[in-house]
Amino acid sequence: MSAASRKAAESLAESLSKQVKHFSRTETRRLIHQFEGRCGQQPGRRAGSGLDRGQFRNMLHRTFGLTHDIIMDRVFSVFDRDNDGYIGVREWIAGLAVFLRGSLDEKIKFCFEVYDLNGDGAISREEMFHMLKWSLSRQPAEEDPEEGIKDLVEIVLKKMDHGHNSKVSYADFEKTVREENLLLEAFGTCLPNAKSIQAFEQQTFQDLPQL
Amino acid sequence: MGVALTRAAQWTGPARLKDTPANEALVRAVAAFVEQLGSRHPREAECVFQEPLRWRTALGASDFQTEYDISGPTVQSRERDEAGRPLLHLSPPDVSVLTFSQLSELLQVAENKKLEEVRACLEGNAGNANNAKKSSEALKSEVELLWTFCGDENLLKSVKYTSDYVFPNGCRSPPWRQVHGDICHLLVQPYDIEVLHITCSISGVFLNMVSALQAPVSSCWGYFYFFLTPSLSLRKSFGREIFMSLDSSSTQNNPHVESVDTGNCGQAQRPDEHREKNVHEKARQWLGPNKPGCTKKLEPSSKWSKLGLSSPKWEAEKKKKMRKTPQPDVRRKTNFSGSSLHGQSTQRIKTTSDDFSESSSESEEDEELTERRTETNSDLPSEYWQIQKLVKYMKWGNQTATVIVLCALRDFNLAQETCQLAIRDAGGLEVLLNLLGTEEVKCMIGSLMILKEISRNSQNSKAIADLGGLQTMVDILDSPNKDLKCLAAETIANVAKFRKDRRSVRKHGGISRLVELLDCVPDPSPSTLQKQRDVEVARCGALALWSCSKSTKNKEAVRRAGAIPLLARLLKSPHENMLIPVVATLQECASEPSYRVAIQTEGMIEDLVKNLSRENQELQMHCASAIFKCAQDKRTRDLVQQYGGLEPLVSLLSHSENKQLLAASTGAIWKCSLSMENVAKFEEYNTLEILVKLLTNQPEEVLVNVAGALGEFARKPANRVTINNCGGIPPLVNLLTGTNQALLVNVTCALGACASESKCMGTIDSLDGVRLLWSLLKNPNPDVQASAAWAICPCIENAKDAGEMVRSFVGGLELIVNLLKSSHLEVLTSVCAAIGNIAKDKENLAIITDHRVVPMLAKLTHTNDDTLRRYLAGAVEHCCTWGTNCAMFGEEGAVAPLVRYLKSTDPAVHQATALALYQLSKDPNNCINMYENGVVKPLVDMMGSTDEVLQEAAARCVRNIRLLALANEKARYG
Repeated sequence: MSAASRKAAESLAESLSKQVKHFSRTETRRLIHQFEGRCGQQPGRRAGSGLDRGQFRNMLHRTFGLTHDIIMDRVFSVFDRDNDGYIGVREWIAGLAVFLRGSLDEKIKFCFEVYDLNGDGAISREEMFHMLKWSLSRQPAEEDPEEGIKDLVEIVLKKMDHGHNSKVSYADFEKTVREENLLLEAFGTCLPNAKSIQAFEQQTFQDLPQL
Repeated sequence: MGVALTRAAQWTGPARLKDTPANEALVRAVAAFVEQLGSRHPREAECVFQEPLRWRTALGASDFQTEYDISGPTVQSRERDEAGRPLLHLSPPDVSVLTFSQLSELLQVAENKKLEEVRACLEGNAGNANNAKKSSEALKSEVELLWTFCGDENLLKSVKYTSDYVFPNGCRSPPWRQVHGDICHLLVQPYDIEVLHITCSISGVFLNMVSALQAPVSSCWGYFYFFLTPSLSLRKSFGREIFMSLDSSSTQNNPHVESVDTGNCGQAQRPDEHREKNVHEKARQWLGPNKPGCTKKLEPSSKWSKLGLSSPKWEAEKKKKMRKTPQPDVRRKTNFSGSSLHGQSTQRIKTTSDDFSESSSESEEDEELTERRTETNSDLPSEYWQIQKLVKYMKWGNQTATVIVLCALRDFNLAQETCQLAIRDAGGLEVLLNLLGTEEVKCMIGSLMILKEISRNSQNSKAIADLGGLQTMVDILDSPNKDLKCLAAETIANVAKFRKDRRSVRKHGGISRLVELLDCVPDPSPSTLQKQRDVEVARCGALALWSCSKSTKNKEAVRRAGAIPLLARLLKSPHENMLIPVVATLQECASEPSYRVAIQTEGMIEDLVKNLSRENQELQMHCASAIFKCAQDKRTRDLVQQYGGLEPLVSLLSHSENKQLLAASTGAIWKCSLSMENVAKFEEYNTLEILVKLLTNQPEEVLVNVAGALGEFARKPANRVTINNCGGIPPLVNLLTGTNQALLVNVTCALGACASESKCMGTIDSLDGVRLLWSLLKNPNPDVQASAAWAICPCIENAKDAGEMVRSFVGGLELIVNLLKSSHLEVLTSVCAAIGNIAKDKENLAIITDHRVVPMLAKLTHTNDDTLRRYLAGAVEHCCTWGTNCAMFGEEGAVAPLVRYLKSTDPAVHQATALALYQLSKDPNNCINMYENGVVKPLVDMMGSTDEVLQEAAARCVRNIRLLALANEKARYG
């Protein structure tokens, strides 16, 4: 790495660590370093653009153990603030801050954005049905497979729909999760579990040689 | 009912019922009962009697209709028993009936003449009214038969009478029990279950059940039937089978239950629905722990066939008994009843206030387990079905669906039994426990939240334990997630209710992990969320340890895991929700001496005392209870006083509505009053007056402690007067008629102490207290016998006309002399002391001499126990003064052992022995004997004692020996 690029990385880390409260400067530098390493693996890529959807989903699956297709797409979209189809370094670090170390408030916001498939500010019945479609795996043949999912949707609505308008607004979602933390990821796992967070942080912040 | 009827009915001649209103009512009651039996208990009604009921009827063939075979004047029922006998046979004027249903139909046929028919039936079958003598003989042979089973590894360990004393009528029960029909009490020890306490009475044989202390009213009667002589196909599970049979019989055969009921009341009653229900419930509860699916197994026939007896015959016998024809063979089948605290017949033989080692609540909890649900499907509320559906989704769902379902389940009222059981019935427990094995934290948390709630239901907690849930939860204690730790510990606290489950927590290494949870510094205001969570973890750990520490081995494991310093640190916590489980655990463990020492040395007494003054009554109760258990130790008592604990203890007595608190605080006061300094302190707070007021209308746990405390207070003469002045003697004397043995011991002690004061003695005498004390000598428990005998001593010393009083107790002197056959040292000692006092009255001495007191005392002289020696020598001294007793002691070989007493180190023994030897030396042969045994040297030494009584007695004895020698020389040499 040239002196100039080192300096540039240094200043980027400096500015990013001020914007993102969960990472220290050193940690930010490490994350930038790692991000660049990941991007470097793609041959012939446009400089400065970052990870594309496929790479990102791949990583979500391998590193953080997410499995649900729809959800992973949505996580990509939430990370991709500027909607350019790539996760840039700033988006990456801002996203990871919530992903790894977010407060409950931040996580509620994150999850809601993930679940609000069409981004209209509310989770509708249809969206729920869509997300929960495969959540009942082993149904006996004689039962209508959709019946159970519909039931589940109704159960969730009953718990969350405080506005009684057949959909879950952000306020509804926030209120529900505050009362019952378990419902944070009600429509599908979209955050890494403690184990994979620990593994990731260890790999990123400790195992690498000193910069 | 048979016996009860026989008693209740007023007979004119051998077979005529008197025309009295009482009999009229009785006949009506029987008629109504028989008629209802067919519809209410069709199964029982079909049972065939062994012997038919026969009487002369006014009915004729024309009264019967077509369902019967009618040929001329004779009528036969179509139904027949196994032997081919018709169930009803009429050949006017005689009729015989083999089942209740036939009897019931006959009564319907008789229409308005039915009362006459019932009367005739009763008269025709009255013959054998049982008397106690006959029963007791029958019973004796039963017991002897049982003895033949003893020792066989698969059957019984032992069968014992609780009392060796046999009254002339053959009974062993005390007279005040005999009036209720009791004959004797038995302790039966089978191999596979705990000792059975059994009361045999003329109305049957009853299993004494230890009842829940919380329910002092007579509602906790349980009735059981039991064959004392089960037939020979008994195997390893002998005891268990008895229980199964107990259950089946008790639930199936309500009519008999009623009859027991009436027997106890001594009068005929109409069948009482309500009582029946209670009995039902209780009986089923009992079976709970043994048979989870008991509802299905209530079929009696299978049980009885297991016991090698065919059901119909048995049932028939039972019916006969229920009628009024108890025949000798009916005795074979006997029944069991449990009794409550207030139960008339029975008590736990095990007493002693010191025996806390297995926590007292154990047995009750274990009985609590019930299969109570009787609703049919149609009665189930909609929640039940909703829960079933949710559990189904939980089974099929992935993590996301499962979390949703778990949250939905939590919205149900899980404290409600319907919901708890709905989860279980749907197979939800298995699913919930499976979730604990996944790595999904959210699912585990959700699952534990539900398990924590539903495990409050003891059926669920048992099911969870049976599914191996405890091990899983113990493993979760290692999790780094503190929410999981807390929830797992709390659930363990609920599940570890039974001894085997507590053992399982220990076996899986749960104790040390739970103790690790306690490791936190209680901060009065935890600054960070992190610290708050640590405190919560410790609290949950303490909750679980509280449950687990109810087993003795767990207490030891908790201690070895290093819990004591951690508990001591948590004891400084300002939060009551932390203090309650911590103090409760300490209190539970304080049954072990090691904990009592640690509580004292780790400075926990100060905190315990401090927490006595908190508002929370549960906390106060546990603190008081811990002090109660620890204050047996003098240093601990001093510390309690030093930290100002006595006053708050006394002020706790004002919470008279909270009986548990009252029991704990009176217990602590009792133990603290073992120190006289503390008694003085207590007097400042007018404790004595308050305690005396607590002698009435309190549960026995309280009474035991109050009486114990009064006994300690009464060691001070001034306090005896106070007890008398504030009316404490009459309630104490009243308590002498109770059955709780720990209570009897304490009450007799208190009365004995009071009797040393002549004013109190006057009161006791006027209430006939000495007679009651005397009758306690017949109590089967040696502790009670001994303390009664000790209490009798001051009574005889202080009563006016004591000799006359003692003579007025018919059979009393024989009774007390016979106690010299006891094998208990304390009984022997106290009885010797009493006999020494009795023998001061010449007439009484003559009577006890006739009862062979001299050889019995002489037999005891070989003892090595100094206390017994002392009182025995006293008894010998006083008994010498009648007739040829003095010489007889010599003939019975009492002299040589007595001489050896002089080598004892106890000065009190020396004095008593010297006095006895002086009396004995009035017989020349005894003098020779003493001389030969080398009595002179020690006696001469004792003449130099500072004890003047001893000096004089020794000198007089030597003088007698010397005089004899001189006379002898004179005779020989002139």
